[in-house]
Amino acid sequence: MIEFLSQPWPWYISGPLIGIMVPALLLVGNKAFGISSSLRHICAACLPANIPFFKYDWKKERWNLFFVMGILLGGVVSVALLPPVVHLQIDPKVAADLYVQGITNQEGLVPEQLFGWQHLFSLRNLLMLVGGGFMIGFGSRYAGGCTGGHAIFGLSTLQLPSLIATCCFMIGGFAMTHLVLPYILSL
Amino acid sequence: MMTEFKETNMDFEIRSMDSICVNESRREHKWYGAIVYMLFGIFFGIVLVKSEAVSWFRIQEMFRLGSFHMYGLIGSAVLTGIVSVWLIRKCGIRSADGEEIRIQKRSFNRGQIIGGFIFGLGWAVTGACPGPLFALIGSGATTILLALLSAVAGTWVYGRWRERLPH
Repeated sequence: MIEFLSQPWPWYISGPLIGIMVPALLLVGNKAFGISSSLRHICAACLPANIPFFKYDWKKERWNLFFVMGILLGGVVSVALLPPVVHLQIDPKVAADLYVQGITNQEGLVPEQLFGWQHLFSLRNLLMLVGGGFMIGFGSRYAGGCTGGHAIFGLSTLQLPSLIATCCFMIGGFAMTHLVLPYILSL
Repeated sequence: MMTEFKETNMDFEIRSMDSICVNESRREHKWYGAIVYMLFGIFFGIVLVKSEAVSWFRIQEMFRLGSFHMYGLIGSAVLTGIVSVWLIRKCGIRSADGEEIRIQKRSFNRGQIIGGFIFGLGWAVTGACPGPLFALIGSGATTILLALLSAVAGTWVYGRWRERLPH
C-alpha cells in the first residue's frame, strides 16, 4: 500500500477518480464541477468595482471557494502526509528536448530553473508565471470555463460548446509549446 | 449594440453565459455544509498531485506527444463523467436534498474559440490549469502563487472589458 501511494498513480486509476467528481458534486448539492469560476468569485468578493460581471451574490457560490481551498490543502496533504513520489519519469525524448532547451534540472513537479524562488527575478521566469497566469484567468473566463468546467464537466454532459472550447485549449497549448515556448526558454 | 448588451446583462444572464454557477441549489445551507466541498477538494487535490497532472513536465510531455498519460487521464475522467451523468439522468436520481439534478445547457459563442485559445497558451507556459495552480501552491511550489494572483487579475480584466470583446 505504501509502495503504491509513493508511486505516481497510473492514468487509469486517477482519471476515473477525477471523473467521479462530476456525479459526486451533482449528487451532494446539485453543483456543476468547475474550478475557474472561483477566480471570478474572488474578484466579486474582493474588487467588484461596480462591474456588472462581478455584481452578483458570490456568497451563494462559496461552496466553490471551499472546494478550491480544499484542492490547495490536498496539495499540502499529498506532500506532507503521503509518502513522497519516487521520481517523475517522463518520456526520454521529451526529456532530452527540454534539456537542450535549457531545462537541465528535471526533478520535482515544476522545474526549479523556471519556478524556483532563487530564479524568480529573471525576465523569462516572471514572464512565464505572470503572463501565463494572466492568460489562464483571462482565457478561461472568456471561454466560460477551464479544463474543469469545459473538458471534464462540459464533455461529461455532452455539450458541443465545451468540445469546441477543449479543442481550442489544445490548439493553444500546441501553439505555445512548439511555436512560442522555444523562444521564451532561450531568453 | 452596447445598450442592448447592457439591457440583457442581468444577473442571471451573466451567470448563464458562464453557465458554471447557474446550477446553484435553491436551498439555504448552513455554513458547515461547505466543509463537504472542502473535503471533495482535498481528495481532488491529492489525485491531481499523485497523478502528476500538476507537473509542468507532464504537460510538456502531453503537448509534445511524448506519452499517453495525460490523454488517458483526461479521456478516462470524461468517460467516467459521461457514464455517471447518463446514469443519473436515466434513473432520475435526485441530489441529497431531494432536488432534481439540473444541468445548464451551454450556448456557443466565439469566446469559446478565442478565450479557449488564450487559455491554452497559458496552460502550456505555466504547465498548469486552475485546479493545479491551487494544488501546486499547497504542494510547496509557492512561486505559483504569483501565477494564481495573475490569473485573478486576468479574470478581472476580462470582466472589466468583456462588453468590448467579440462574443
